[in-house]
Amino acid sequence: MSRTILAILEQRENKLKKISFEVLSFSKRLAEKYNQDVIAVAAGNEIENLSMVEKYGVSKVIHFKNEALANYSSSAYTDVISEAAKEFDAEYLIFGDTAFGKDLAPRVAARLNSGCVIDCTNVNLDGDTAVFTRPVYAGKALVDVKFNSDKKVVTIRPNIFKAHSSDDGAALNIETRNVSNPNLKTRVIDIKKSEGKLDVAEADIIVSGGRGLKAPENFNLVENLADVLGGAVGASRAAVDAGWRPHRDQVGQTGKTVSPTLYIACGISGAIQHLAGMSSSKYIVAINKDKDAPIFGVADYGIVGDLFEILPALTEEVKKIKA
Amino acid sequence: MKIVVCVSHVPDTATKVKIGADEKFIDPAGVVYIINPYDEFAVEEALKTKEKFGGEVITISVGGDNNKETIRKALAMGTDKGVLLKTDKPLDSFGIAKALSDEIKNYQPDIVFMGKQSVDYDDAIVGQLTSEMLGFSCISNVVDLKIDGQKITAEREIEGGKEVVESELPIIITAQKGLNEPRYASLKGIMAAKKKEIEEKKTGEYSNLIEVISMKKPQAKQPGRIVGTDVSAVPELVKLLHEEAKIF
Repeated sequence: MSRTILAILEQRENKLKKISFEVLSFSKRLAEKYNQDVIAVAAGNEIENLSMVEKYGVSKVIHFKNEALANYSSSAYTDVISEAAKEFDAEYLIFGDTAFGKDLAPRVAARLNSGCVIDCTNVNLDGDTAVFTRPVYAGKALVDVKFNSDKKVVTIRPNIFKAHSSDDGAALNIETRNVSNPNLKTRVIDIKKSEGKLDVAEADIIVSGGRGLKAPENFNLVENLADVLGGAVGASRAAVDAGWRPHRDQVGQTGKTVSPTLYIACGISGAIQHLAGMSSSKYIVAINKDKDAPIFGVADYGIVGDLFEILPALTEEVKKIKA
Repeated sequence: MKIVVCVSHVPDTATKVKIGADEKFIDPAGVVYIINPYDEFAVEEALKTKEKFGGEVITISVGGDNNKETIRKALAMGTDKGVLLKTDKPLDSFGIAKALSDEIKNYQPDIVFMGKQSVDYDDAIVGQLTSEMLGFSCISNVVDLKIDGQKITAEREIEGGKEVVESELPIIITAQKGLNEPRYASLKGIMAAKKKEIEEKKTGEYSNLIEVISMKKPQAKQPGRIVGTDVSAVPELVKLLHEEAKIF
């Protein structure tokens, strides 16, 4: 039997997350190169949209099922995924680089004595050995790496490798395996959602504010623009350290590294730590009153001016065009 | 309670990265090294845990002689003893986790703290790897922690919220910003740290499972254009976003 590629699916509240489809498409790319089969693996209880896997050209799904697996349990999930990797002689295990994947992938890698490439943003399959690229120093440099282990664990950064529809011609086969007595030593007992807002790590559009906003209440200008764009609100370290925004909104070296389609920096001068965290965004807009601010050095479009006038006008203008 | 805290010695986040001549690592010339920012939260939590339950905090670092500066920083904040695990060659996260787990075994700690990631390689996996090697529980990316006997309840940051996680000792906790406010080392602490012991040992021989082929700078983004210098530029900006960038 040939070796396989395991696409590890991520579900929350019984639904597969978008990153799962990106993981499937990435796995298909490796599979086509190495002439291997992709097996999608999920752990959970009921997973409502599990059959969507078929849309991305993967027909074999193993669903490890138990009521207690509805929420993430690092101990139980590590057990079932490591066992699947051995049973199907997986060469690659692909995870999303999310809070879930980042926690689980290294646990599985250690269990399998495998190397672990985290936060992959590019892969080169031209040569005999696959070469993976990942950012280091918060994106100030990139490294090309290869594996020296038999099994190989990779997490892919969200929003970089797009999910593509595909068809492998086979009928969908979901094999449900009931897990008896899962090891629940470490388990999630509750999820506290932040109030209704999109997370910067998952957003395709981010509007970020910095010290130039002068006071926490002025973030409503940023929020209004983010709302009309359907984006998330981010913040510079200065704004977070001042207590204006929670740490989860922080973009930059000691916050989140993001690569959205559009990043709008408002009143952010562009410290090197901030630039490292957002320079890989597809389009960057900077609004700042200081024409010499480093943020203009990475911006595609800039307006030098007073954000207290520009942000409301921009929000209105976007509303008009979207109407 | 037996407590271990692991610290790494990393370039200051303000560092402008220059690629070294070997094109595999950064050029260390002129780089200022600091204690990894996330490890400061780990040290603080270790100290708070000691203050509550008593015991000893052992600080471990893997690297070269210069790591002693970072160990001293943790000692100055209040940890009790330092251990430097010396290595001649750069280790990947797997090798570092092996070195740490081989050493941590000797202490049989109840709890091990470390930062959720080092701000050099940004792997964010050493805690999880080490826990698996030791057979300990692990909760990563922690912003709130409660210890009640053998039971641990922690909150870890996830996309769009927090997971409340229950687990048991012995455990590895990786600290995220927000877990606490790290204390400053007092002058007394700094003086005391000079007298505290740093034990030096060699790590075992570990082969890297991930090999760096090359390091490069990302393609520099070309500065774009200044659309205008006041609010009158807004319609033009929206037009560009709509027609050129095709955002909406």
